[in-house]
Parts: sequence; C-alpha cells; structure tokens
Amino acid sequence: MHVRHLTLKDFRSYPGAEVPLSPGVTTLIGLNGQGKTNLVEAIGYLATLGSHRVSTDQPLVRFGASQAIVRGAVVRGGHETMIELEITPGRANRARLGRAPVSRPRDVLGTLRTVLFAPEDLALVKGDPSERRRFLDDLLVQRQPRWAGVRADYDKILKQRNALLKSAAPVLRPGRRGSNRPRPGDAPLDEARESALHTLDVWNEHLATVGSQLLYARLRLLRDLRPDLGESYDAVSATDARATARYKSSLHEEAAERLAAGDVPEIAELRQALLDSLAAVRGSEIERGVSLVGPHRDDVVLTLGDLPAKGYASHGESWSFALGLKLAAYRLLARDLGDDPVLVLDDVFAELDSGRRERLAELIGDCEQVLITAAVGADVPAGLRERGHTYEVELGEIRGVDAERPPAEDHGPDA
Amino acid sequence: MYEGAVQDLIDELGRLPGVGPKSAQRIAFHLLQADAEDVTRLVTALTEVKAKVRFCDQCGNVAQAERCRICADSRRDHTSICVVEEPKDVVAIERTREFRGTYHVLGGAISPIDGVGPDDLRVRELMQRLASGEVQEVIIATDPNLEGEATATYLSRLLRDVGVTVTRLASGLPVGGDLEYADEVTLGRAFEGRRRVDA
Repeated sequence: MHVRHLTLKDFRSYPGAEVPLSPGVTTLIGLNGQGKTNLVEAIGYLATLGSHRVSTDQPLVRFGASQAIVRGAVVRGGHETMIELEITPGRANRARLGRAPVSRPRDVLGTLRTVLFAPEDLALVKGDPSERRRFLDDLLVQRQPRWAGVRADYDKILKQRNALLKSAAPVLRPGRRGSNRPRPGDAPLDEARESALHTLDVWNEHLATVGSQLLYARLRLLRDLRPDLGESYDAVSATDARATARYKSSLHEEAAERLAAGDVPEIAELRQALLDSLAAVRGSEIERGVSLVGPHRDDVVLTLGDLPAKGYASHGESWSFALGLKLAAYRLLARDLGDDPVLVLDDVFAELDSGRRERLAELIGDCEQVLITAAVGADVPAGLRERGHTYEVELGEIRGVDAERPPAEDHGPDA
Repeated sequence: MYEGAVQDLIDELGRLPGVGPKSAQRIAFHLLQADAEDVTRLVTALTEVKAKVRFCDQCGNVAQAERCRICADSRRDHTSICVVEEPKDVVAIERTREFRGTYHVLGGAISPIDGVGPDDLRVRELMQRLASGEVQEVIIATDPNLEGEATATYLSRLLRDVGVTVTRLASGLPVGGDLEYADEVTLGRAFEGRRRVDA
C-alpha cells in the first residue's frame, strides 16, 4: 500500500499543506524545526489514531486553531481509499472513510498501516520494560484489531485488582487491629478477611483468563518476530551478532524458564501457571498492595550475542537494534497482509555509520513506499534519493527538488 | 443566586442524578409557574415513594409490602431464582415474559475501585434463601461487563457446593442486527458461545 496524497489543515506547524506522494522512496530534507517530522507524524496518525511523539492531541493542533484535519489518499491493490480525521482536543475525533462518516474513528484502523522508526524508539533498547511491552502490544493490535479489546480488559481488571489489594489491606494484613491476643471477639474480622480473600480469588481468575490470552499472543508474536529480528539486525550491521529477544516473564521460575527458552504453551497452561504464580506471591501482594504477577510485569530481554543490549550495547548498536525490531515488525506485517505497509524512517540515517547507511538503503529499496526525513541531505545515501523523490521542507513550505533542481549537497550524478 | 426558597429548590434538584445546575434551574422555574395542583401531585408522589415503597424482604426488589408482587405470587416458580444487579433489571427481564421464576436483586456489582465488595451486596440474603432447599436453579443475570462478570464468577464459586443448577445468561449478537456492525468482542463471544444446530 502507499499514500498518494496527504492534506493537512492546522496540523502542528502547518496552516495548510498539500503533499503529493508516490510509491518508492520519498526523502524530506530540511533544517531542524521546519516541519519534516510533523508530516510523517500525520501519516502515522492516519494509521494508528495516535502520535509517536505525544500522548494527547492538544499539541497536534496548530497553536490558535481549534481543530486539525488530516486527510490521506491510500492506495491498496490499485484501489484508492480516502481517510479523513478531524482532531479536536478534548472532544472525540471524527473520521471519514471514503467520504462517508464512520460511527467510531477506530473503524479506520487497518486501512493504512505504517511502521514508523523515530529517534524516540531508542527507548525500545535503553528504556523501561513498559516501552518493550507497548511495542509488542501495539504490533499485536496492528496484526489483529481484536487485541485492543483484550488489552483494555486486562488493564481494567488490573485496576480493580489493585484497588482491592489496597482497600482490603487492613483486613488482609496480619498484625493489624491487635491480632496478637487470642481473639474470641474478632469473628467479624475473620469474616471480612474470608470475604476479601474470596473476592481476590475472583480477580485472580479474571486476571489469569485475560492475562493468559495476552501472554499467549505476545509469545507467539515474539516467536514470529525472532528470525526477522536476527536477519534485519545482521543485514544493517553486517555482523553475525545474533541479535535476539527473549521473553522475561513474571511467572514462577519454572514457567518463566520455559517461556525464556522460546516455548509457547497453550492458553490453558498459561492460565494455570498464572493462577499458581498468583497463589505463590499472595503474601507479598497483600503486603505491597499491588499485583506482582501478569503480563503487566513482564519484559523482553534483548541480547546481542551473549550480552544484554541494555547497558552493554554502544549507542550505534542500540540504534541498529531498535531499527532491527522495527524492520522485523515491517516484514512480519507485510507477510501477514500480503501487502507492504508504509515504512517511515524519521531521522534515522544521521546516527548510522556510512556502511550501515548503505546497507539500510539496500534493504529498504524494494519496499512499496518509504518516507525518510533528514536534516542533512548528504546523510541519506545518494543512490536512494536518486531512485525516488526529494522534498525540501522549510518553515512549513514543501518544495519538490527532484532531478531538475538537485540540492546543493547532492554529490550524486543527476538522474 | 436566587432568594431563599427558589435557591433551596434549585440546590435540592441539583443533587439528583443526571441533573446539572442549569437543568435544576429550569425545573425550579417550571415548578414555580405550574398549577398548584400539579405541584401537589408531585409532592404527594415524592412523599408516598418514601412512605410506602420499601424493599422486598425476600428478593430486594422495590415493593409496597413486606414481599414484592413477584415474590408474593404463588403462581410463579419459586424453585428458580434469577440474580440481577438492580431493580430496573427485573423490569427488563419481566418485559420478555420468558421467565416465570423469582428474582434476587443484589443492589450492584463487585467493584473494588468503587469500594463495593460482596458484603455490600445482598449475597448473604441469597445464601439464606438457598438454605431452605426449595430452590433448584440460579440464573446469574448480572451485566456482561467486567464488574458483572466478576460478580458472576464470585457467585458461581460460592454456589458450587450448594447443590443447585447455576447458569449464566448467554452473550452474543443482538437479534435483528447486522453481523458486520458487531464489535470484535461481541462477535468473539458469540463465536465462543456458538451452538450446534439440530436440524
């Protein structure tokens, strides 16, 4: 698939913009703060209804305007569909698909699919476990939208369960209310304790049911992703570094070891393992008032050779690793859909050495549509730019600088 | 701010659920301009609802006497109890005319975030009703949302050893709807709960 045309109105720094795009490689070149990333952010928004840079919609609307409009013409299998989104901060967004309004904006999800790599993605390697969990879960939703519902259910169960652990703490924790004495008169406390424990069992069951589904989906996803990850990393870095990803589970030791070894048990088995693990940590959960076992406590350990990437990998290696994850996600989605998603590389080349730049250019040359942003044109391998289109972005103005007007720093021969 | 009685009325109306300050003001002025008879009728209705209406000793539904109309009706099947969250769920199920048993109103659902646990619901009363041995089936009809499901799980665990048949209302596709408009969760549930077609 590819985006044929992008229209922006009051989005970020753009009062209005019409950007014709075409299949192949499109390079956006401009100094810092001129609006390159805003363009690719808009394309990401059409695909995911969210920004990779901010979690609220307010910054997306041009300062002083009340709403922003993003419109994209998406071509899939020779057929063109128009997606239009009206972003109004503080209110529900409105969406149109092929000119007709849809009742829920999320109905447009899946029309355009993108894989976006941005400097923020370095956090996949260097950041907290939550970054890696989000990467897996977002990819799950891109593959099958129904996971969005499972994920939301899991979050709700977790909130309820944590609320119970907190509110029931006074009756659950031993040593409260002078329990040192023998207590013939304490029957109500025992009853309250009994009832709180029964309720906790209920939430354990729900957490295990929904949690095992999410866990199973993540494990399967990671299994599918692993070969592509190794290949993508090696292809960019020209090493045989064996980049891999292992699931680090909060389940009890035996189960956690199985999962780390790449095993994908059945959902029923995972559910039982979750229940057993929850039973084992009950005491500490009551003590600390939070849920200690479940997909929300899990992590993915990224390793290069025998060493964990976090803490051991250099900046360039971390960058390549994060890129490898995104390229693997790209290949996976392309295989799933039988159609290439749109690949967006925001400011990626500046951080890579020249060898890695060339190899990355080689790797993405065949993708249906690639959008690249760079502050300095020379950072993008000349061969890549010659095959595609180049735009200069300056103060929110977008000008085509194709073969007839090569930018000054272009060292390659005119095509 | 209005003077005395008007402001008092607006304040009181504003405490009602779903009534904001603007609506409270509109209702207050409507009452001021209404006929005295109409206002008296409203006052009588309000006083009577507090004086006469109570909750059924047996099922917890709204009632005019010790027992509600349904519990007092000997033609109903007293071996079957349908457990619901609120009195308005009773009305909804009664509209179907499918169910001839009795009800048990819990008065909510388990939700730790809102501070509602099993002890805040009429669970103990339900267990007392089952103790007589007359009841053979319990139908759990709590809402098909997270809290309703949690309540259903809690009840089913509690009733496991009581020796009654426990069933849960099915969830799935709305009748008369289009498959294409169903959301993924509903459709997924409908798949899980699919039945063999006996031709």
